Amino acid sequence: MPHIQLPEGLPGIRGAMAFRPETAKPLNDLVEILLHRPNSLTPGERELIATYVSSENDCYYCQTIHGAIAAASLGDDESVVKQVKQDFEAAEISEKLKALLVIAGQVQRGGKQVTAEAIARARKQGATDIEIHDTVLIAAAFCMFNRYVDGLATTQPRDEEMYRERGKRVARDGYVTVSKEYLPAEAAV
Amino acid sequence: MPHISLPEGLPGITSGFAFRPETAKPMRELAHTLLHGPSTLTPGERELIATYVSSQNDCYFCQTSHGAAAAAHLGEKAALVEQVKRDFLHSGVSEKLKALLVIAGQVQQGGKSVSAEAVEKARLQGATDLEIHDTVLIAAAFCMYNRYVDGLDTWQPRDPGMYSSMGEQLAAHGYLQPSISAPVLETAK
Repeated sequence: MPHIQLPEGLPGIRGAMAFRPETAKPLNDLVEILLHRPNSLTPGERELIATYVSSENDCYYCQTIHGAIAAASLGDDESVVKQVKQDFEAAEISEKLKALLVIAGQVQRGGKQVTAEAIARARKQGATDIEIHDTVLIAAAFCMFNRYVDGLATTQPRDEEMYRERGKRVARDGYVTVSKEYLPAEAAV
Repeated sequence: MPHISLPEGLPGITSGFAFRPETAKPMRELAHTLLHGPSTLTPGERELIATYVSSQNDCYFCQTSHGAAAAAHLGEKAALVEQVKRDFLHSGVSEKLKALLVIAGQVQQGGKSVSAEAVEKARLQGATDLEIHDTVLIAAAFCMYNRYVDGLDTWQPRDPGMYSSMGEQLAAHGYLQPSISAPVLETAK
């Protein structure tokens, strides 16, 4: 049972967003820019960062939906998502993404945990300033989203097919478009 | 030295915002709605929640700038800012705000740390669902802002005058426009 009365039938963050459309709009805009809009990091890479941080924060809804979006963005590759959550240093991903995941993990533990060594490693693997910036902000933003979703005790169904199906749709259409399904028209513009 | 090449002379989050205006926009809008928009909680109360969470996350820039904004709102009750950071249960704030600060502190530790007892206590003190929602989201959002500011290792000057004028500006105008319009003098470094 959620801590407050959220609209029924909308799991995870969707119930919270429908409850408060004024804050839903900037939240959707932020995640759209960070994860979906074209960038030198692919959507799949960015979704893996979001999934990893959500997994470290132990947020079932976020790690499952973003894991599904990552898989859909990576040609339906669910095994790489599992690898990243388990042990990203041994996963079949680029050395650059591994270095960025180190930074993301440090941000998850606290802003002051980010080390100059981790930044130097990422830079050595070709990461640009904006990629490092976005990695820090994606990790920071998921420390917000995860706390929002779990802090309200939202409903988080254990139904992998639901996440898989929705993941494909978000990967294709993006967050803002999909949010129009559950937000009043004026908030989803 | 910041981890990436941020615009010089801009303190804390203002440098991250200037570096990446695309993500700055929704982040500003979110802060504006949560802290400055219409609410049954006063702006002073909401700034105290933001200050408390930033203090628990040990983010100097955020706790000082939001503490200054809270002080500007609170006027002759500005001493509450230091009291809340030190020991809010024995501060002069309302019982309702104390109950909301308990929830905010739980969110800071992690979404799953929010207890039904804390929510019940807030409700007993008259907190509404919307006030509980906003408390959870303010606390979650500051777990993002704090990590963003410290995770990039932004410049955070120790200049009380700069923060009090930022606080005045934020209290008067909110978060949509930069509270610092020109680089702070180099000599302040």
